[in-house]
Amino acid sequence: MPEDSLVPEKTTMKERILDFYRDFGVARLIIFAFLLFLLASALFLKLPMEQILSSVLTRFGMNGILVLAMIPSIQSGAGPNFALPLGITCGIVAATLSIELDMAGFSGLFFSIGVAAILGAITGFFYGILLNKVKGQEMTVGTYFGFSIVSLMCIFWFLAPYKSPEMIWPYGGSGLRVTIAIQDRLGKVLDNFLSFDIFGVTVPTGLLLILAFFCLALWIFSRTKTGIALSTVGSNPRFAESSGLNVNRYRIIGSSISHALGAVGIVVYAQSFGFIQLYMAPLFMAFFAVASILIGGASLKRATVTHAIIGTFLFQSILVVSMPVANVVVADNIADVIRIIISNGIILYALTRREIGGDVS
Amino acid sequence: MTGPRLEMKNIRKDYFGNMVLKGINIAVEPGEIHAIVGENGAGKSTLMNILFGMPVIHSTGGFKGKILFNGKPAPSLSPEDAMALGIGMVHQEFMLLPGFTVMENIKLNREPTIPNIWSRFLGDKMKTLDIQKMRKDARASLEKLDLGIDEMLKVSGLPVGFMQFIEIARELDKDNLQLLVLDEPTAVLTESDADTLLGTVKSLSKQGISILFITHRLDEVLKISDKITVLRDGEQIATMKPEEATVGKLAELMVGRKIQAIMGKEKCETDMECPEPILSIRNLHVEMPGEELHGVDLDVASGEILGIGGLAGHGKIGIANGIMGLYPSTGEIVLNGKPVPLNNPIAALNSGMAFVSEDRRGIGLLLEDSIEMNIIVQAMQSQGKFLKKGIIQLMDFATSRRHTEKMIKDLDIRCTGPDQLTRRLSGGNQQKVCIAKALTLEPRVLFVSEPTRGIDVGAKRLVLNLLVELNRKAGVTIVMTSSELAELRSVCDRIAIIYKGRLEGILPPDDSNERFGLMMAGALTHHMKEVS
Amino acid sequence: MTADNRDQSKKLMLQEAEEITYKERIWKYYLRKNVVPIFFVVLCVFGGYYSGLSLPFLINEIITRMARNSFLVISLIIPILAGMGLNFGIVLGAMAGQFGYIATANFQMAGFSGFAVTTLISIPLSILFGWLTGKLFNQAKGKEMITGIILGFFANGIYQLICLYFMGNFIPIRIPTMLLSTGIGLRNTLDIKSMHYALDNLWKIRINIPGFIFPIIIPVFTLLAVAVLCLAIHFLIRTKLGQEFRAVGQNRHIAEVAGIKVDRTRVIAIIFSTVLAGIGQVIFLQNLGNINTYGSHVQVGTFAVAAILIGGASVSKATIGQALLGTLLFHTLFIVSPLAGKNLIGDAMIGEYFRVFVTYGVIGLALALHAWQARQKRR
Repeated sequence: MPEDSLVPEKTTMKERILDFYRDFGVARLIIFAFLLFLLASALFLKLPMEQILSSVLTRFGMNGILVLAMIPSIQSGAGPNFALPLGITCGIVAATLSIELDMAGFSGLFFSIGVAAILGAITGFFYGILLNKVKGQEMTVGTYFGFSIVSLMCIFWFLAPYKSPEMIWPYGGSGLRVTIAIQDRLGKVLDNFLSFDIFGVTVPTGLLLILAFFCLALWIFSRTKTGIALSTVGSNPRFAESSGLNVNRYRIIGSSISHALGAVGIVVYAQSFGFIQLYMAPLFMAFFAVASILIGGASLKRATVTHAIIGTFLFQSILVVSMPVANVVVADNIADVIRIIISNGIILYALTRREIGGDVS
Repeated sequence: MTGPRLEMKNIRKDYFGNMVLKGINIAVEPGEIHAIVGENGAGKSTLMNILFGMPVIHSTGGFKGKILFNGKPAPSLSPEDAMALGIGMVHQEFMLLPGFTVMENIKLNREPTIPNIWSRFLGDKMKTLDIQKMRKDARASLEKLDLGIDEMLKVSGLPVGFMQFIEIARELDKDNLQLLVLDEPTAVLTESDADTLLGTVKSLSKQGISILFITHRLDEVLKISDKITVLRDGEQIATMKPEEATVGKLAELMVGRKIQAIMGKEKCETDMECPEPILSIRNLHVEMPGEELHGVDLDVASGEILGIGGLAGHGKIGIANGIMGLYPSTGEIVLNGKPVPLNNPIAALNSGMAFVSEDRRGIGLLLEDSIEMNIIVQAMQSQGKFLKKGIIQLMDFATSRRHTEKMIKDLDIRCTGPDQLTRRLSGGNQQKVCIAKALTLEPRVLFVSEPTRGIDVGAKRLVLNLLVELNRKAGVTIVMTSSELAELRSVCDRIAIIYKGRLEGILPPDDSNERFGLMMAGALTHHMKEVS
Repeated sequence: MTADNRDQSKKLMLQEAEEITYKERIWKYYLRKNVVPIFFVVLCVFGGYYSGLSLPFLINEIITRMARNSFLVISLIIPILAGMGLNFGIVLGAMAGQFGYIATANFQMAGFSGFAVTTLISIPLSILFGWLTGKLFNQAKGKEMITGIILGFFANGIYQLICLYFMGNFIPIRIPTMLLSTGIGLRNTLDIKSMHYALDNLWKIRINIPGFIFPIIIPVFTLLAVAVLCLAIHFLIRTKLGQEFRAVGQNRHIAEVAGIKVDRTRVIAIIFSTVLAGIGQVIFLQNLGNINTYGSHVQVGTFAVAAILIGGASVSKATIGQALLGTLLFHTLFIVSPLAGKNLIGDAMIGEYFRVFVTYGVIGLALALHAWQARQKRR
């Protein structure tokens, strides 16, 4: 049986640079270079940099938690959570509930987040059980499961017995609208909290604080006994079993946390956006989160908080900066197209990399 | 009249610096049945893969030496080359497509075809299959083997016994077949099916086909072969005629007679019985695929190094795996007077036992994690070590780092630091990490399986020395399973031999080669009866 | 590895051997095997009844849809045969077909000749796209389906880039009405009225049903094309290439050792699939009469996959009959759901959403079952 190559333990400076280059990945370097190019162009075209930077910060905060949701799923060995729409749906239910109960401001926000987390965790628990039965095809099953739930929920939104006049169709008696405006209730509650201006750039402090909170929480979790067990299970299930860890149990925990974060994430997203989007809106949200964390350096089997932060920042920056640049240089709406190409391109790249010890079917 | 049909001269092969074949010479005459025997890892399959031009050989650096077929040089660069020469091979694992019929399998990738309109424009691949001719050819091959099965049956519906025959039929269907390689053909067959197969092999050889026959089953070898070559550790130990060999002699040659320098052991148990066992095993049955145990009773003395040896597939690996809860087992284990539940890895780890697995990369290590993680995780999860007190059980980095650094120093693990990924370490250092991981559990009894497998010669001594030191300085009882008898004999106080899933006997390390050989072949009691 | 392989073969054989013994068990066996299509037949019957549509109208619609959609669904068969699962990448073939129409519309071609040229243009494009897809799939063995899904999105992005920014720009378009008001980028809807029914009209048989306004129209040549395709696939499976597809689909390693060029065979399978999808989309659009530039191709993969699964196919096994049956059932559901939803619950949207749910749900269920079965086998 061929044994692993005898790699020398001491590495020279040159080898270390090559290692770093290889680990960082060609694709990520390209993305990074592209971002620098865009920034340079923006400066060159004398675009309003303050506005752009404010936008970057806001979008970074908005999307961050949704990307964090990928981490427990990947670490536990189930791959990126393509069924994130499931958790997102829970969050939307929580948010609409808070409006139905006529809540607003911080109380409304914390209520929504709390209910979202609970609903997400429960849903994630059941989804984790399903996932354990389809080991090996989690990504494909997750994608279509997510799609199915979104379409099923459409029927629910349509028939749901909500009463609040802000949410239901103006002419019908029941059924929620496609988009619900929440500017007067939850809108920008976090963003505006303690926000300040510096050099003309608006910093949405509250938003960034809550993101930091969840980053910290995940980071601490990854250093607890349970967190380490979860990571071990994803790293080598057989090793985990030989240490007495129940692989299925930790995968379920991973799914639970992932969907809870997804639920909380959409609430934070909606408050920043100012609108709750129902019906088919969550359909493709998972893909952007997956692309973000992969851009940040994660692989299909390993992901950390750092990856999430870097990835969200890079991805959102490109979206924000490319829009005005493209509008000047090329034409309108190219940002949308670029977003599709980049996010799916990076996922494709990750799918075709040969993982060490990966599937050899 | 002509020279040998096949000559393999001074064949050498290494996998990334690890010498797997160290100069093998084989000559096979037309119609000769040449058996090749050896333990797992001896190089038998590698030798055959070289002959047959399997891709795994060429993607790992090729081989050195010469192969002559009917006097002409014939270095097969692919299975197609080998087949063109007239070499056929029946592999160890079944190479039949279950969804295809017998006939389709026999003619796989050699189907006769009829041209049609499309094939003229779009190429040969568009020719229609000539089903009639396929059936006819398949029938012919099956008849040559006296096999009365319907060639239109799907392979998936057939009993195991038929499969090997279908594979041989496939090779026979190749008109130019001159040399047939059979890799462990009887491994999954019942006694009667195996006998039938051997009969078929004999009749094929009478038809002039040379046969290269790889097997574990030593009695078969004596029954039908014209010549026997014994391989061990990549070296050719002997080539002899069956008249010159006995089962015991073959077994002994397979597992080694060279005794390495005994590592200055102070303890020497003259008594084969155990006064106060620290661990007692009763009626242990283990369902580990390929290494089943059918009821083993064994006592382990406190503070000894007990070796477990035996031929591959007879179950010696199953003992540690079963006790540590990795595979379904039944029986009774008592450690220090307290019973330990089976099928429960945490219970085993908490009771004071630890395990260094033979499957280092598959089970033993987290390749994508740091050395530190690898060393402490098992102890953390099963014994609650390295955790800070409190409601949230956070990892205690200070103690963890201290412990890891101590381990790195004590075991001399060559690395860039506790954060280095284990996948970057050499085999020997990876093994040390596994040992460190086991030691972190502070076990009373340490199970080690194949401690020096896949490690280069220099590192082997270090690992064995390490184990001996642990035993003598720290008083850890060690149960060491190994397929290298010499290794066991140089380090252990007693050696238990497992044969066909049961304990065959226990020998002192300095007992005679002959007795070891016979016991491993399960023939010791038989021999003793003969002698007396 | 050896022991596992042997156990696997043993178990496989024991499983298969136990299955068919008595007639009753045979009957129950067929029932169990075909539970999905049977369920959908029931669903369609209910939906048809509650939709309130007249039977001749329904039959007409079904014939029309079967004629224009069968190619796309059948194009999925070969990759399934070759062990590559459900080829969501047929979207690229659809795009090739649409590029064909952009070209022929640009040169104002019409009638059957326009249709024929469109088909001919789509073929080399499909071959190129299929080749790229196949190579990509070879890099992601074991993950072909998710790769196909993502590839579809990615390719759609590139397609949009080309249609929005290169058309009228780097790629000259002669017809101003095809472009947006800015002069760059294709319009949302492309009119191909000149080639509307180009294939269908070659021979249309009208059957007048007494008592109903609409006659039943049978587009003979289109259906003939489908029939020819079925025969072609049937023929292909019996060639050397077909045998190679089947061997590779069962076990790549064994096929490789037997000397079959596995990677090359897989790419060829995808190329076939993409080319057929391209032609399928050309046929589909000639029946529609216009192209939704940014939308007509997007759901092609999802719909075709759902259809073939509803017909009883699985990720690893599909027959022509299943493809045709599935097309029938899926598109019947398409027609009746909105109306049935309206009549039963009061809103057509419910029916719509239900149909979408069923489409995605069927695929998700089939994938889950496949993964579950694969794990059972590995035990």
